[in-house]
Amino acid sequence: MPMDPKKHEMPLQDASKRAKNFGEVALGYTENVAVAEAKRCLCCKNRPCVSACPVGISIPEFITKIKEGEFEEAYKIITKSSSLPAVCGRVCPQETQCESKCTMGIKFEPVGIGRLERFVADRHVESGLKEDYEITRNGKRVAVVGSGPSGLTCAGDLAKKGYDVTVFEALHVAGGVLVYGIPEFRLPKKIVRGEVDTLKELGVKIETDVVVGRTVTVDELLDDGFEAVFIGSGAGLPSFMNIPGESLKGVYSANEFLTRSNLMRAYEDGSATPIMRAKCVIVVGGGNVAMDAARTALRLGADSVRIVYRRSMEELPARREEVEHAMEEGIEFNLLTNPVEILGTSGSPDKNENGFVKGVKVIKCELGEPDARGRRRPVEIPGSEYVLDADCVIMAIGTSPNPLIESTTEGLSVNSHGCIIADETGKTSREGVYAGGDAVTGAATVILAMGAGKAGAKAIDEYLSKK
Amino acid sequence: MYKIARKKILNPTVTLMDIVAPLVAKKALAGQFIILRVDENGERIPLTVAGFDRSEGTVRIIFQIVGATTMMLNQKNEGDFIADFVGPLGRPTEVEGLKNVLVVGGGVGCAIALPVAQRLSELGARVTNVIGFRTRDLLFLEDEFKAASDKLTVMTDDGSYGAKGLVTDAVRSEIEAGANFDRVIAIGPLVMMKYVVAVTKEFGVPTLCSMNPIMIDGTGMCGCCRLTVGGVTKFACVDGPDFDGFEIDFDEAMARATMYAPFEKREREKACNLLKGVI
Repeated sequence: MPMDPKKHEMPLQDASKRAKNFGEVALGYTENVAVAEAKRCLCCKNRPCVSACPVGISIPEFITKIKEGEFEEAYKIITKSSSLPAVCGRVCPQETQCESKCTMGIKFEPVGIGRLERFVADRHVESGLKEDYEITRNGKRVAVVGSGPSGLTCAGDLAKKGYDVTVFEALHVAGGVLVYGIPEFRLPKKIVRGEVDTLKELGVKIETDVVVGRTVTVDELLDDGFEAVFIGSGAGLPSFMNIPGESLKGVYSANEFLTRSNLMRAYEDGSATPIMRAKCVIVVGGGNVAMDAARTALRLGADSVRIVYRRSMEELPARREEVEHAMEEGIEFNLLTNPVEILGTSGSPDKNENGFVKGVKVIKCELGEPDARGRRRPVEIPGSEYVLDADCVIMAIGTSPNPLIESTTEGLSVNSHGCIIADETGKTSREGVYAGGDAVTGAATVILAMGAGKAGAKAIDEYLSKK
Repeated sequence: MYKIARKKILNPTVTLMDIVAPLVAKKALAGQFIILRVDENGERIPLTVAGFDRSEGTVRIIFQIVGATTMMLNQKNEGDFIADFVGPLGRPTEVEGLKNVLVVGGGVGCAIALPVAQRLSELGARVTNVIGFRTRDLLFLEDEFKAASDKLTVMTDDGSYGAKGLVTDAVRSEIEAGANFDRVIAIGPLVMMKYVVAVTKEFGVPTLCSMNPIMIDGTGMCGCCRLTVGGVTKFACVDGPDFDGFEIDFDEAMARATMYAPFEKREREKACNLLKGVI
């Protein structure tokens, strides 16, 4: 049989339809397509894909099971390495990880590993089968701070090893960025709930409404009988540009905008939480969060949504797939452009009508010398300012670490940015305290956070086995 | 779920509740706040801690019935439960080392001013309290304030009780009488705090204001509660809620507070209609 040079396409909700609803964009492979795609895998001996996976999933092995139609077996292979397969199959940037190293990819398109992972995870959920773990409990208690991707992964791995794990979550629902940040159309909340429920079945306890650093401190957890603590508290406070007009009504951080829509379900009629149903939206930034915010604004009814990004398409850090989906849906891209001022309404006799966003003054940029990370630095072109209309501006330009834990944990070292200092195993400056994910690296991806959670679980296991 | 241990109607628009939340009660200090949700579909709202009983494991909240959420909360009774209650959030009011303090409370803000005054009294500071209400019927916690004051002045807008006028009048006369305060702590509506600061600035008396902007998570994630203080963006949830009154951009804070006014009005009407069937 001749080898299909292309990946089997992911069926998508039609762009014009999906731009108006919050249903999932990618619809998932059918069984036949999944098996056909699995057959593209050469199952090569050196398994380059596995070494490119931050959590080291046995990729050729699970794909082999798909070829054989043994989908539940495939699921079991994935969950040996990943606690959140349905999440990863959706939001991992496979194109820069496992798929980027795929042997098939040298000549053709790589195997659709992410799509296959998603198929296997969804198939497991549909089957209603429950995994039967044989866990020998060791009675040792571990606390995990934060129920985002790193915390959930760490908790899952430790629970499988027999630890008595409690996850402390500040919000009223578990999932961290998976529930407040990533929108429904990319990661349905019921998928996250399913993954969290699986962890609960493993014996993981989840305590919501507990802010570590305020309700309890890391030291109190250690005094209270937890033998180790993993901090996966996430990225922290949103950054702003410090330009005039950022406090006008209608200027959001992406975190706020997405939290209102996702966590608080402001997109649903009858939600108790308000969100601006803006008509003309500008999103500043070029990462995945910017794409999520832009596409959310569009679905909330905006007529025009623009991404304003100071570098060019080549440097744009968002996943290609997200950028393509955004473009198909009608999001415009104003590249090599940077805001210099947000303009507001004034002069209305009704005071409350004033102080809303009415436009953004931007300046054109060109690319100069590469910066420390090798990305060409944007240089503003003098005199090239112009004004874009807008009634809403969403700042998606990153975050800075939340000081709550660092400031209340004696002896926990942080770097000059305020990120917790941890080695590759997650070990911090405090004995028994491990950390990983955005709290350590600054804003990054779900899968890197999961990799850090996994490393943390391994290190905690080694530490407590010796103790 | 968090149980309502006690409910007391303080005036037609202000209600007191003690909520069973031992972890929060153990840590709470004057000036900090909590975030609650009444039910599974509710909004997260911040309320400043109005007191706590560590042995009983309860935290006191005093809220004004202003919107849909507080209206729903007010429907709950002793023994009922609310969905979420998280805290204590924010930094406690800095009271250590103060010797002679003027605490100014306006309206429902008095509920938060009281624990600050009580804490200062415990620490041995001389405490002068000025509390203001629109009218006599809205006055609450007068006895508690008396107990926590070396001097208490009650102001009403209409003169129906205490002295007639605004709290700013009393602040001015206290300072002019030579009270020589080392700190003024003002807690109340934004416009009140703005004008208290206008007076204290004139005399150069350092003034702390407790800010209560719109919030969602309250833990330093969303950035909704940002304020400009001294020309710099600050987040009330982690940097505050208390800030140096001389540095706060009150006009901006007042404008931002109206962001969702039409939505809030609609929600309030919806809640009213919903509750008509219940009452």
